[in-house]
Amino acid sequence: MAEYQNIFTRVQVHGDPDLGVPMSEEGIWQRNGKTQISYLAGKIGDAQVGPFYLGFLGLCSIVCGVIAFEIIGLNMWASVNWDPVQFVRLLPWLALEPPAAEYGLSIPPLADGGWWLMAGFFLTLSIMFWWLRMYTRARALGMGTHVAWAFASAIWLFLVLGLIRPVLMGSWSEAVPFGIFPHLDWTAAFSIRYGNLFYNPFHMLSIVFLYGSALLFAMHGATILAVSRFGGDREIEQIVDRGTASERAALFWRWTMGWNATMESIHRWAWWFAVLCTLTGGIGILLTGTVVDNWYLWGVKHGIAPAYPAVFDAPVDPTLMNGG
Amino acid sequence: MLDGIKQGLGIVGAVAAALLFVAFFLSWETPPIDSAQIGADGVGMVQHTNPRLAASLEDANQPPISFGSIPPGGDPAGEVYQNVQVLGDLSEDEFNHLMVAMTEWVAPVEEGCAYCHNVENMASDELYTKHVSRRMIQMTQHINSTYESHVKQTGVNCYTCHRGNQVPEYAWVEEDGPKTAAGMTADRQGQNVPTQAAAYSTLPYTALETLLTSQDAQIRVAKAAALPMGDQDPGIKDAEVTYSLMMNMSDGLGVNCTYCHNSRAFRNWEQSTPQRLTAWHGIQMAQDVNANYLIPLKARLPENRLGPAGDAPKATCSTCHQGLPKPMYGAPMLEDHPVLSGQ
Repeated sequence: MAEYQNIFTRVQVHGDPDLGVPMSEEGIWQRNGKTQISYLAGKIGDAQVGPFYLGFLGLCSIVCGVIAFEIIGLNMWASVNWDPVQFVRLLPWLALEPPAAEYGLSIPPLADGGWWLMAGFFLTLSIMFWWLRMYTRARALGMGTHVAWAFASAIWLFLVLGLIRPVLMGSWSEAVPFGIFPHLDWTAAFSIRYGNLFYNPFHMLSIVFLYGSALLFAMHGATILAVSRFGGDREIEQIVDRGTASERAALFWRWTMGWNATMESIHRWAWWFAVLCTLTGGIGILLTGTVVDNWYLWGVKHGIAPAYPAVFDAPVDPTLMNGG
Repeated sequence: MLDGIKQGLGIVGAVAAALLFVAFFLSWETPPIDSAQIGADGVGMVQHTNPRLAASLEDANQPPISFGSIPPGGDPAGEVYQNVQVLGDLSEDEFNHLMVAMTEWVAPVEEGCAYCHNVENMASDELYTKHVSRRMIQMTQHINSTYESHVKQTGVNCYTCHRGNQVPEYAWVEEDGPKTAAGMTADRQGQNVPTQAAAYSTLPYTALETLLTSQDAQIRVAKAAALPMGDQDPGIKDAEVTYSLMMNMSDGLGVNCTYCHNSRAFRNWEQSTPQRLTAWHGIQMAQDVNANYLIPLKARLPENRLGPAGDAPKATCSTCHQGLPKPMYGAPMLEDHPVLSGQ
């Protein structure tokens, strides 16, 4: 028998397009009324694409985002002398670097980090406009603003890395390059410079919430899929009118781990774990270099970095001998 | 319609998969990789080696054929020959023995002695190669006498780097990566393209110039105190330069970070292996020979021996080590020609 529910839906039922609730606001911005049916989108979600609401904030966000994307991409391309083959081949290596340390927080020439500053400015604007759009669209639908605040948590980490911490450190050179591999190598260099980020308690918390989010997502997704044969995928109905799907799911977790979240609270768990991941991460980055210079030594000082047995004759720092 | 989409997707998928395969898998080493724990339990200090690369590494790192040593005694070379500035105290036989060995180690087969000497007048200094050879003998003696902390009793001779090549295969010159558009477009800042110097990372490929060409270079980036002491140097960009040098060392020696460091605290000496001290002296040595022996050769080298930026070939760890923790598996290099020890 054909199945309707679960990921990779095998049967797609198409009716008239769902245009949603009427727009409450007057103005030039309306939803684009055209909708279409996408077979592929229907495989993994709703087959209906649209209507789409652009709006002033959406337009600003996209314009700023395209400017940032172009500044980054064209400078990457210029860094291989506009060679299209090299651009594709080396793309993961290419980057737009922040200014050198000697420029501090001043505005450097375009070639020496000015483009980076400009890209960061437009990217930040774009993200801010998108955040406002998330907020106002949720309000326009009479929804809560949970999505916007969760997004704000990610923006917090972004701003700490690219704006707040560099300003506190007094140098744009402390910020992250725009690039695929370069931002990863930067991350490793950051940890090396500041004595191992693993001893940063906020980094620890961030990892807890990151892995915790994945775990909760897996547990919740699996639970709902497992009881969808009893209507468990109709979660909202199950919250207000608990049925056998909800009972079975709850019982399953009580049997296996002695306790269960509820149909409603599991979403609060997930939301908080996701939000706290970037929130604590941002705090950890903010403290690095500003308040703590070597996290390993900080860890030793506060008793969280254990000593291990010596298995070889450790050398003595040669710069401490012969008067350095 | 649907079949068309499916077919189109299939083709796109196959092409993408093929590209990904070429891009990633062909540059990887196939498992299994041998692992050996070297540190205490729980600290992850493990050395990884690929046993399938061992044979080719061994082939590429055989010591030179020994022609034995010549007992001292006899007329000093300085009296027998003219213009012998460095090796004049050797006996004539010892001197010739070393000249033959150097010809084997460095000179092209078809040129032999004539690579460095005017064969009509062996005493003449007219060929640049002779000047270079003399400086390199002095450098070898300097390394063996001053850096016993690094080369131990094994020592180095010409072959340690040259391996039959006129310019050592693993000497380095300043890199500039692929051409940039320059002008007002963003400067690459000496990084973000794959180079062998930075072990194909995006770290600065200029690290060897920055850190191995002068004896004042500041390599340490992590601080000795938990809390900031007011100065913000070095910055993260400096850390990237040091990281790049460490990648170059790791690549040149065929070892992981943990061959020398406990990666939980790279700076900490109490948790480092004894090899870190040897490596530290090696860095001092590379800075010394680059600054005082190799870079000054630029004035005498012809253009075809210089790098694209016009600099002389220089040394880094891989110049001698060539992929091994000990060059040529630690084969002694001074037995046949004790004069190279500089003692």
